[in-house]
Amino acid sequence: MQQYFLFDDLIQMPKILIQLFHPFLEKSKANQMLLDSIPISDNITLRDLYELYPNFTIDVKLEQKILMEHDVILFQHPFYWYSCPPLMKQWIDFVLEDGWAYGKNGNSLDGKKWIQAITTGGSNQAYQEDGFHKHRIEDFLLPFQRTAELCQMYYQSPFLVQGTFQLKEGDFQKESLRYRNLILSLLEAKHG
Amino acid sequence: MGEVNFFIQAIIYLTSAIIMVPIANRLGLGSVLGYLVAGIFIGPFVFGFVGTEGKDLLHFAEFGVVMMLFAIGLELELNLLWRLKFWLLGLGGLQLLLTTILVFLFSIGFQFSWKSSVALGFILSLSSTAIVLQTLKEKGLMKSISGQASFSILLFQDMAVIPILAIFPMLSEGDVVTNDHGHSLVEHLPGYQKTLVVLFVVIGIILIGRYILSPIFRLIAKSGSREIFTGASLLLVIAISVLMTSVGVSAALGTFLAGVVLASSEFRHELESNIEPFKGLLLGLFFLSVGASMELPVVFQHPMKIVGIVVGIIFLKALVLLLLGFLFKLPLDQNLYMALALSQVGEFSFVLFGYSEGLGIFDKDTIVILVACVALSMAFTPILLLLYEKTIFEALQSKAPKKQTNQSLEKEENPVIICGFGRFGNMVGRFLRSNGIGITILDYDADRVEMLGRFGFKVFFGDATRIELLESAGLEHAKVLIAALDHPEKQHELIRNVKHHYPNIQIVARAGDREEAYDLKEMGLSFIYRETRETAVKLGGDVLKLLGTRSYAAERAKNLFLTHDDETFHELFDLRKDRVQYISLAKQRNSELERLMFVDLGKEDELDLDSWSEMERM
Repeated sequence: MQQYFLFDDLIQMPKILIQLFHPFLEKSKANQMLLDSIPISDNITLRDLYELYPNFTIDVKLEQKILMEHDVILFQHPFYWYSCPPLMKQWIDFVLEDGWAYGKNGNSLDGKKWIQAITTGGSNQAYQEDGFHKHRIEDFLLPFQRTAELCQMYYQSPFLVQGTFQLKEGDFQKESLRYRNLILSLLEAKHG
Repeated sequence: MGEVNFFIQAIIYLTSAIIMVPIANRLGLGSVLGYLVAGIFIGPFVFGFVGTEGKDLLHFAEFGVVMMLFAIGLELELNLLWRLKFWLLGLGGLQLLLTTILVFLFSIGFQFSWKSSVALGFILSLSSTAIVLQTLKEKGLMKSISGQASFSILLFQDMAVIPILAIFPMLSEGDVVTNDHGHSLVEHLPGYQKTLVVLFVVIGIILIGRYILSPIFRLIAKSGSREIFTGASLLLVIAISVLMTSVGVSAALGTFLAGVVLASSEFRHELESNIEPFKGLLLGLFFLSVGASMELPVVFQHPMKIVGIVVGIIFLKALVLLLLGFLFKLPLDQNLYMALALSQVGEFSFVLFGYSEGLGIFDKDTIVILVACVALSMAFTPILLLLYEKTIFEALQSKAPKKQTNQSLEKEENPVIICGFGRFGNMVGRFLRSNGIGITILDYDADRVEMLGRFGFKVFFGDATRIELLESAGLEHAKVLIAALDHPEKQHELIRNVKHHYPNIQIVARAGDREEAYDLKEMGLSFIYRETRETAVKLGGDVLKLLGTRSYAAERAKNLFLTHDDETFHELFDLRKDRVQYISLAKQRNSELERLMFVDLGKEDELDLDSWSEMERM
């Protein structure tokens, strides 16, 4: 992989921001695996929000500054009650301000990509119209899609790791590789 | 004091006051009238407990008025005087002038000579600082428009007393009997030199107050004994009075000046609260002696005449004030209040009558009648105000738009008072101040007060366990009192005082350790903060993180621990006297906590995350 990065300073690569939201990372094998598979690059910033803001007091200005410095915003989080963990919701509420992210003069995020990497306990079959949850994951993610659209960002389909509780060691490795490839493909994508 | 023992006298005066003042207060007449009535009762014409030495007492008790002016001075900052200058000179000056002229015309009409008419005009134009300010304070009207206007007028009158005293000798009718008023050192000097001396003394007072008094008080404060500080406060007031009278200026004005100079010093509240009890009692004594020296037989001999004069004076004075109020665009309800409040004749008139008797301006009989009239006019004031409040005032108030004046006489009206500005109090203070909360700080460490002053903190020196000090620091306006004194006994005393006198103020208190916290809980407090608790737990949380725990887990562990600790605190409170039970319950709570902590740190599966996937298989 090393040669790949020779061009780092020749080509304007998109910068990726991975925002990890996990209140119990110490208990989530799946998420730990995913984190381990993230390639090391100057163009990738990984941030662990529950570690940074354990008391939920978010530094809005700092978050906005970091968002401005990146082209792809990847949210990595578990799927709790058909949605994201509370700190991520708090982050969305506070950081994506009117007049900054949307609304009048709110165009700071124009053209950036929004993508979610989600781990779910439920299997793929469970998240179908005829499955246990009666809806697809994409349906549950509608609020996030609209959020991204309102901020004039490109909403990408989510990266899903499903049925985390039934995964075997081999499965974990497969999923990790898939995640790594997703991030590499995001890095290759033409910026703009 | 006659042949009656001094203590017996004291018993008589104090007892009568203790009986009458609460009654008057209960009836809503204010303490001034209570004292007056009590004075009449013990006077020579009702029970005769005290003889005619009421008059001698008057001289002594006038010192209460002096002290009151000192206290007023302390509450005045120069910029406020500057703000009031328009009212002070305009309202005050015109009031004095118009009233003097009108009284002059009337008394000429009543066949007085022109000289005595002028004297009478001056005398009757004055109003009673003591009564009015006391009443305004008791009713909490000091900051209302009428309060400010009244204050301006009274202040002008107090200043005008100096030239009036100077004019009086010129009004004398023939033989001057050597008066016993003020053997002044400057009597033999020609006029312009007198003025120079007075100016010199006044400037001296200002300079000394500015540059010398504060360091002296700081030294005394460091010596740390309260009674010496009180002594110094008294000494200051007495010395200034003596100095001023020796150059022929009213003592009240001198001390007022000193008060104004000291108003900007950090010892302001401490001085105020030191003088307060003396001031209150002496003023009471003053009113008592006014009551006691009322020549009731004279009043009963000429009832119609006296009632006529009293009604005339009140009517005339109120009318002038009402006119001026319209002129200065006071709202009607406030204007009426001011007019009635200032419609009596001032206590200084007793001094002036005595003075003029010596100068032969009036004959004795006239003076007796006039003194009775003045005393009656004083007695009528609270009654008039009460009637006015109960009838017209309320009706007017509902109609008049509520106008908030943002001029206030007392500047300390912050919602929060912090007692003790040491390591704990100052953290709280800085936090509140950074959130834009107005705080008043009291501290008893002179060095610290001085140091904080250099950093732009307005800190007042004083012992917070004294309720008078707290009151002068604006306790009645405060919503929250933060008790952060280091000494548990002092802390208890402070809390007991505030709880007793101002039960509606929320007290939040610092405690050193668990035992101290229990003591505070026993006193009925619900906001108790152990000084080291949160800090220690925060440190513990960081240690967890250093050992590899994630921030959020550490955060939850800290909160869980603190909550549990709170619960334990309240549970163990009831058992704290029973050592055996206490220890066993404490142990039990600790093991419970240990189990909880394990659960929370993920050593047991407390969040059953795979329940969802279980459900899907059903």
